[in-house]
Amino acid sequence: MSASVLYRPGDSVVHRLPAHVKIVAAFAAVLGVVATPREAAWAFGADLVVVVAVWAVAGVPVGWFARRAVIEIPFVLFAVLLPFVGGGPRTDVLGVSVSVEGSLAGWNIVAKGTLGVLISLTLAATTHPRDLLAGLRRLRVPPLVTTIASLMLRYVEVIVAEARRMRLARLCRGDDSRFLWQAAAVARGIGVLFLRSYERGERVHLAMLARGWTGTMPAPPAAPPGAARWLAGVSPAVLVAAGCGVALWVT
Amino acid sequence: MGDVNPALLVKDLEYAYPDGHRALAGIDLRVEPGERIAVLGPNGAGKTTLTLHLVGVLGGGGGRVEVSGLPVDQRNLREVRRRVGVVFQDPDDQLFMPTVAEDVAFGPRNFGVPEPELRPRVRAALDAVGMAAHAERSPMHLSAGQRRRVALATVLACDPEILVLDEPSSNLEPVARRELAEVLLSLDRTMLMVSHDLPYALQLCPRSVLVDGGRIVADGPTRELLADSALLAAHRLELPWGFRLD
Repeated sequence: MSASVLYRPGDSVVHRLPAHVKIVAAFAAVLGVVATPREAAWAFGADLVVVVAVWAVAGVPVGWFARRAVIEIPFVLFAVLLPFVGGGPRTDVLGVSVSVEGSLAGWNIVAKGTLGVLISLTLAATTHPRDLLAGLRRLRVPPLVTTIASLMLRYVEVIVAEARRMRLARLCRGDDSRFLWQAAAVARGIGVLFLRSYERGERVHLAMLARGWTGTMPAPPAAPPGAARWLAGVSPAVLVAAGCGVALWVT
Repeated sequence: MGDVNPALLVKDLEYAYPDGHRALAGIDLRVEPGERIAVLGPNGAGKTTLTLHLVGVLGGGGGRVEVSGLPVDQRNLREVRRRVGVVFQDPDDQLFMPTVAEDVAFGPRNFGVPEPELRPRVRAALDAVGMAAHAERSPMHLSAGQRRRVALATVLACDPEILVLDEPSSNLEPVARRELAEVLLSLDRTMLMVSHDLPYALQLCPRSVLVDGGRIVADGPTRELLADSALLAAHRLELPWGFRLD
């Protein structure tokens, strides 16, 4: 995975925050959003303002996030259907009969999903993937998980390049991947790629053993971030949590 | 003391893969400190299997391996792997960290090199292969020749006594091949180079052993070995077209 797809290099305060502080803040903010009652539309608006404020401080343009948020579209499509297929009492909106419960459920998915995606994208845009992994390690995520993730980060590029070469070689022999009935060749290609990747995994493991690997990734020590940076880092999440608390109080 | 213990001693080494294929059928090899030796042989001769035994990644067949007098067994694995540095055939198998510098630091960190010493070590290893300017780049974005040199640096950073290179010249363009040869000749280390690139063996290694069918079938000065065309032909080796050694 090319780091540039989600990560936008920069030197803002947000970029410089230690990764594990940002991970905790993002996780807490997502929890806050999910716990907010769906009727409190104002709270979601306030959350969005907080997220946009973080973007402004980080110096990442809105368009950067908008383009990457399209990943959410399948869920939005599903949510748009809910008002029409939902059960229970119905009401008329612009002459169309919609389910009250379905509309609320759809809104719930769109609002919380969008905010969740935007918060995750904010974390990814301001934190280099390798710092993310270092942050996870510092948060005591099992080393096996972070090792697998860091290897994935490295080898996805190799595998994608290999897949591209295989596709090119297929096309050079007259294959046209646009036609559905040639999907069989693509499927076999994926199978071969899986086997090759598996074999490569074994070779990588041997090469790691030969350099003294014992099962845990050696990591450089890092200075603890200090209370002030922790406070600054989690402040957006605290705002989201406060909004959630007020919303729960009043509804 | 160096006269007493050879850099590498392989005695009656045997190994069969789980599928029954007998890859090593009694290898005997003695390498003195400072020697540069080429292990030649056709595909499937057992060359790579032999290198994996030198760091204890494979084992459990018959025979023994000693590195400067230290037997390669479970108790000594860490020290053996510090003493023997293997550069694998495909740099993509070896370079797996996000940046060149982190990859070079991986081995020394595993071997417990303290952090303050690490940076100069990484720097020295990258300097030795002429890649210091690329320390913060991703290995993915380097050329094949650069990746090979970084793979060499990842091993040099561990300060091994013996350098084992598996097909170091494969997939390299002529210039990258020559640059790598210059780097290798500038390193004053015991070296074992597995290859079927015969001119490269001649350029780098004064002595060669020829492996076929899991045994060493010839051992001598590289030039003499490569001039024996009947011997080469009997083991599916030949000099590139246009080459003569008489």
